[in-house]
Amino acid sequence: MTSAALRSRAWKLLEMVTTPLLPSDYLDLVSPLRAGADLRGRIEAVHPETGDAATIVIRPGRGWRGHTAGQYVRIGVDVDGVRLWRAYSITSPTNRQDGRVMITVKAIPDGKVSNHLVRRAKPGTLIQLDQPAGDFVLPQAKPAKVLYLTAGSGITPVMGMLRDIEFDDVVMVHCAPRPQDVIFRNELHDLVADKKLRLTEVHTDTDGMLDIARLDELVPDWAERETWACGPAGLLDAAEKHWTEHGIQERLHTERFRPSIVVAGDGGEVTFSSTGKTVDADGATPLLDIGEEAGVLMPSGCRMGICFGCITPLKAGAVRDLRTGKITEAEPGVLIQTCVSAAAGPCDIER
Amino acid sequence: MTAIDPTAHLTAEQIEELGRELDAIRDEVIAGRGEKDAAYIRKVISAQRKLELVSRGVLLFSFFPPAWLLGTAGLSVAKIMDNMEIGHNILHGQWDWMRDPKIHSTTWEWDHVSPSDQWKHSHNELHHTYTNVIGKDNDLGYGIMRVDEDQKWHPFHLGQPLWNFINACFFEYGIAAYDLELGKNLHKRRRKNPEFRARAKAVGRKIRKQVLKDYVIHPLLSGPSFLTTLAATFTANLVRNIWSHSVIMCGHFPEGVQVFERRSIKGETRGQWYLRQMMGSANISGSKAMHFMTGNLSHQIEHHLFPDLPSNRYAEVAVKVRALFEKYELEYVTGPLPKQVFSAWHKVFRLSLPNKNPKVKTPDREQELVAA
Ligand code: FES
Repeated sequence: MTSAALRSRAWKLLEMVTTPLLPSDYLDLVSPLRAGADLRGRIEAVHPETGDAATIVIRPGRGWRGHTAGQYVRIGVDVDGVRLWRAYSITSPTNRQDGRVMITVKAIPDGKVSNHLVRRAKPGTLIQLDQPAGDFVLPQAKPAKVLYLTAGSGITPVMGMLRDIEFDDVVMVHCAPRPQDVIFRNELHDLVADKKLRLTEVHTDTDGMLDIARLDELVPDWAERETWACGPAGLLDAAEKHWTEHGIQERLHTERFRPSIVVAGDGGEVTFSSTGKTVDADGATPLLDIGEEAGVLMPSGCRMGICFGCITPLKAGAVRDLRTGKITEAEPGVLIQTCVSAAAGPCDIER
Repeated sequence: MTAIDPTAHLTAEQIEELGRELDAIRDEVIAGRGEKDAAYIRKVISAQRKLELVSRGVLLFSFFPPAWLLGTAGLSVAKIMDNMEIGHNILHGQWDWMRDPKIHSTTWEWDHVSPSDQWKHSHNELHHTYTNVIGKDNDLGYGIMRVDEDQKWHPFHLGQPLWNFINACFFEYGIAAYDLELGKNLHKRRRKNPEFRARAKAVGRKIRKQVLKDYVIHPLLSGPSFLTTLAATFTANLVRNIWSHSVIMCGHFPEGVQVFERRSIKGETRGQWYLRQMMGSANISGSKAMHFMTGNLSHQIEHHLFPDLPSNRYAEVAVKVRALFEKYELEYVTGPLPKQVFSAWHKVFRLSLPNKNPKVKTPDREQELVAA
């Protein structure tokens, strides 16, 4: 018998020993970062960067496959006991000796996860990880000239690139409200002092928003450069338009952080994506009734919110709990009780 | 359905007001759920797993009597924790708000021969929705016993103290059979129903795994302690079964608990539903350890009002709920475990005989039961 077959036999036997749990449920008690476990990480340190941003150093579990500069990682953090998932760019270089990865988080107003990470996260905390993802990365072949166009926390994926590979000719235009809001400012200025980077800081509190037309003056040869841009939608929209107008859109790479903002409203169009049905729903009728009327096979039980027999994944949009008025927004893994939830704006129910 | 309705003094408005007050209690707990609660359930789960591991480890040496005692006691407690404070409550969705896929009503499986999903259906949906409604809530006597004067007596009921005792010893199998609605489904026609067969198969699989683990694999692993480990796991299962059966009997069977007619729940309002839960359940008083070992089902009244609130909050909720009982002059049925167990058993014995006072029987109710 091959060793793999032997191992799988042994595992089967172990499963018989631990049924109805799995051997991993017990192993997780002692070794949550081991190979073969669900991917997790442990926070090892939290370093403040600016008044509202911090870098989190994470020791990933053994299953971590490593990242490419510019990629992001989705992390699941328990905030007030609730597991929430967010994506953050990786700011550490790919060749860190100790295998740690870093993300840099800027606390956004009312941001549950970002505020938690920046202000409350403690070393030693376990978090959930996904494998790194994203195609906002550098190409295999080094471009001769590079432009990084960033704003706010849009600098984070670019920092991952800057720390990873040196280019001969790199220019960066970075926007932030005030000098003290520039994340990684000291490090950037060190790079400038070492002549490894040419940097233009745009301080929007005093200079106003960056007008993309000013690029001609800030970086006269911008059109010859391979450009990576990351920041708020306004900046990226303007950049995309600008590059397209010059017919060089293939030289612009952009990364958008929050692709869709959920606007919680009252009622909306409900899509039952597994069945492909779409219907209009008001803000007061339970989604269970809406689905049933549309002929969708909906699981149900008590129909009054106590049995959890009706829970269904919410894939997109937002719903309102008819009992408490609380809004729940779609996130991976979010399940709702359809018998006591109504549409709060357009939403997608996996049925 | 007792001769005198103990809620007769309440007006419809009062009942709705009561409902709103209960909703407010619920909202407050929901708004306050957080890190501490999450830490609580994680701690309980990890303690249970460690206790089970250690106990099974000790049983490897169970040929040595003190090890047998220690291991059996530990395993019994671990199994009780798994079923009560952990399994029952997670399967109620009490911890779903944490969004942790490992501690979620849709993924949890427990150390019990009834598969989680079947139990969730019969317990969460049928029992909790139709609490104590004759003909709708099968928990009322589990379909094998007569637990209210208004249920028709049959000579079969003479044996019910014995059925109840056997059910207590093999409670998890009783529950599995009950979740399958075995009595009803063994009829020739229904037996062939593919849906029933699939469910029966699932139960068979679960039983096989559980039996294999407790009565074959672990004893075998113990080598020379084979027989003593076998005896230990059997004892632990027995202890767990009798314990959970006792706790559960205390929830709805003691004297003073009301049952309801099918008709009475037609068009039931939220307030009336709450009221039915209040009158249909009974608590067990006692220490913190006692509440923990019952999976906080000692707070059965609070659990029935708010089945999806985290169990660690029932104690604080109970204070407020009890105040409402007083305010609305309702009887809060509670007492120490021995008293409640005695009371429930007393009822089982008493109702194994036909009613002493036949006037309680009303013909239309009979018809209704037959129709059910
Ligand atoms: S149907 Fe019971 S909770 Fe929704």
